[in-house]
Amino acid sequence: METQKDKIARQFMEALPHARALGMRFTRLENGHAAIEMEYNTRFIGDPETGVIHGGAVSALMDTCCGAAAMSHPASPGGTATIDLRIDYMRPATPGQTIRAEAECYHITRSVAFVRARAMDDDTARPVATATGTFTVEGG
Amino acid sequence: MTRARPEPVQVVKQRRDAALKALVDGVPYIGFLGVQFERLGDELTAIMPFDEKLLGNPLLPALHGGATAAFLEITSIIGLSWSMLWEEIESGVLDPETLTHGPLPRLPKTIDFTVDYLRSGLPRDAYARAQVNRSGRRYASVHVEAWQDNRARPIAQATGHFLMPRRDG
Repeated sequence: METQKDKIARQFMEALPHARALGMRFTRLENGHAAIEMEYNTRFIGDPETGVIHGGAVSALMDTCCGAAAMSHPASPGGTATIDLRIDYMRPATPGQTIRAEAECYHITRSVAFVRARAMDDDTARPVATATGTFTVEGG
Repeated sequence: MTRARPEPVQVVKQRRDAALKALVDGVPYIGFLGVQFERLGDELTAIMPFDEKLLGNPLLPALHGGATAAFLEITSIIGLSWSMLWEEIESGVLDPETLTHGPLPRLPKTIDFTVDYLRSGLPRDAYARAQVNRSGRRYASVHVEAWQDNRARPIAQATGHFLMPRRDG
């Protein structure tokens, strides 16, 4: 169930200008979990030879998804900022396919949220990328 | 002792600038974010002019962490490609005409990328420079820093590992 806080967080995250520019759409945001979809767009291409999306666009997706998961954790009063984010690129995303990121805030203290995420295209058995990050816990 | 007469400066500059332009213009995402490169000799500085669409929280306002990460990754990949191509551009093995109209050079692929966010990115232009710490036949390690008004106060830094393109022939 999406709580009132989750709903506000989702509307806030979807309204971020950079998230809008990349066409990010939340499919889940609750209880320390977030999922976002980003449709394929030729303007996001990083490798002109293959049409594969730039790693930077995947980074933006992962950062947004991880930040949202941190904010939606029941122990988080609200705001967050990224402290650090590591992304491992396992394979190129298949051109033309939507990329879907799922993040989980698996531990939170009064000051730091620990988050992990993975990104998939249509072949969900083989992730495109994984990420781990730490985020500040702000507000409250 | 005589040495070969150096090429006229404008010929050298034109060749280097054409090669850099071909490399950068080939990547749509660089254009999407509006990132540009300035060149002094072989040193590149990336510039990300401020734009509304780069904002995360519009209330603060602050640059989106994802925009900053992408800026750092673009700077790393172009910096690494540039250092690979430099020798070939200088020796004339690779002429800019081929770069512009022929097949684009294969770019390095990111293996992993770790961003360290140091300060909130302000709604201003951002700059970045990459340093190739190791560049082997297969793998490379690159460090990159981004700053805004003050070079001594970076907003973010990152280290990435890259798989080098195969260079057959």
